[in-house]
Amino acid sequence: MSENEIRNFMLNFGPQHPSAHGVLRLVLELDGELVERADPHIGLLHRGTEKLIEHKTYMQAVPYFDRLDYVAPMNQEHAFCLAAEKLLELEVPRRGQIIRVLYCEIGRILNHLLNVTSMALDIGALTPPLWGFEEREKLMIFYERASGARLHANYFRFGGVHQDLPDKLVEDIIAFCAPFLKVCDDIETLLTNNRIFKQRNVDISVVSLDDALAHGFSGVMLRGAGAPWDLRKSQPYECYAELDFDVPVGKNSDCYDRYLIRMEEMRQSTKIILQCCELLGTEKGPVSAVGGRTAMPSRRDMKQNMESLINHFKMHTEGFKVPAGEVYAAVEAPKGEFGVYLVSDGSNKPYRCKIRAPGYAHLAAMEFLSKGHMLADVAAIIGTLDVVFGEIDR
Amino acid sequence: MPETNNELAIYLNDSMGVHIVESRIAFGELTLLVKRDSVLEILKFLRDDPRTLFSCLIDVCGVDYPGRAERFEVVYHLLSPTQNERIRIKVTTDETTPVGSCVDLFPAANWFEREAYDMYGILFDKHPDLRRILTDYGFVGHPLRKDFPLTGYVEVRYDDELKRVVYEPVKLAQAFRRFDDVSPWEGGSGVLPGDEKASIDEDADR
Repeated sequence: MSENEIRNFMLNFGPQHPSAHGVLRLVLELDGELVERADPHIGLLHRGTEKLIEHKTYMQAVPYFDRLDYVAPMNQEHAFCLAAEKLLELEVPRRGQIIRVLYCEIGRILNHLLNVTSMALDIGALTPPLWGFEEREKLMIFYERASGARLHANYFRFGGVHQDLPDKLVEDIIAFCAPFLKVCDDIETLLTNNRIFKQRNVDISVVSLDDALAHGFSGVMLRGAGAPWDLRKSQPYECYAELDFDVPVGKNSDCYDRYLIRMEEMRQSTKIILQCCELLGTEKGPVSAVGGRTAMPSRRDMKQNMESLINHFKMHTEGFKVPAGEVYAAVEAPKGEFGVYLVSDGSNKPYRCKIRAPGYAHLAAMEFLSKGHMLADVAAIIGTLDVVFGEIDR
Repeated sequence: MPETNNELAIYLNDSMGVHIVESRIAFGELTLLVKRDSVLEILKFLRDDPRTLFSCLIDVCGVDYPGRAERFEVVYHLLSPTQNERIRIKVTTDETTPVGSCVDLFPAANWFEREAYDMYGILFDKHPDLRRILTDYGFVGHPLRKDFPLTGYVEVRYDDELKRVVYEPVKLAQAFRRFDDVSPWEGGSGVLPGDEKASIDEDADR
């Protein structure tokens, strides 16, 4: 047999591949079926969000955050509001905090439902997404009833939320919870002990805790490696400190553990939602900071009172000035630590707003995670990383 | 965490004081401005010292201040999960002076530094793969610089005759207007758009 030079095989995975979860172009160098090198090319969804925010007033910048991780929009808004509130030294009234937490947890379920089920879809299970999307639909209606939009909510404001929840919404959210736990169990019956699902996930992309930290992992990727690190517990914001919930951690740090953690987090989020609903029953009061320069006049005042009309107009055109300074605020978004580094020069527009997306750090480790794995595992790894290109490309 | 921030600032000033230009606590966050040449030493110390153990690099980003002699700031955010602390490290640089790359210390820095290079043109010394990351293939310029226009310089469209996407200089249907929203009563130049017409009219009347 003549000696031929053996060449590695280059493969373009995406940007139109369904398991690329959006617009990831992954250049793979394969030795047979083994991944030798993985080079993600990102930026196909780059919209210059950070540049745009520098040209908008603070309030106009909030909707851009919905469009980052569009699977759990309010969690992103939350980080930006926290950062601006830090600069403004604003206190959020208690009812506002509870509503925020309630919607952040709804966002977490929205995210995990999509992630768990679409990852199952990537590796061959068709039913979980169908079941999961039914639940997501119900949750999006809760979004709509609070904010008027199913997806791009623009509901959080500096100092609270835009308006109070409508009648009966809290009752409906409570009614959603118990059947939802049953759906979680149902999805688990399809996946958890499924032989194919286990074959595709167990012992795939194992990360040690040190490696996970060095690569800047956060959220489920870090908890999967065994660290009980959750910003809601370790650096509590809003009213998380007084809520009762557990933080699941993994033992083996593989894709399967991360799947189990996400399933458990959905149950814990349901638990938080129920607690918030209960608190909302007793906690009446304003949902947003009253008075001060960030408070929007009420619609009724605006129609009847000249000062309020002027104030309303000024708020929507000029906005409000934010004291100069720099802050970093982070929330435990469903995908990990979502942070906003906000620099203000004292004007009505942010001087610099750096968005730290968890998926960016996770995808950066793609080569590290997939080296030596089979091509088919790449789909499982992308699934477990929980990438959404809105936040990675920004 | 204000007390721990104070303690940490004192501890770092004692142990690494020669490298630190300024340390500041504002809004409950500790910020160190360090000398550009010693940023890697500081980062390594923060990562390995048993008192600090900032083992997780959260973010690296650039900020542009065109008025300064060294216009760019590179901002590092570190997190110590063991101590439950955060710290911000800043260095300054300009368009031509590279900053030491910390990819060897934190693999996470790889993409963050690529992004800072892409967005601002900040150079990182000994970075293994300093390519553009978010912008288009063949993009020219650094879009987050303050002197880069919001609309950019080129726009793309599909050309049916050439059967490919072509780049053209950006055409704006109306001039891009940037409102500074500063009330003329509070400040601003004092000259409002349209003022020149008023003076011409006065001249004509005379």
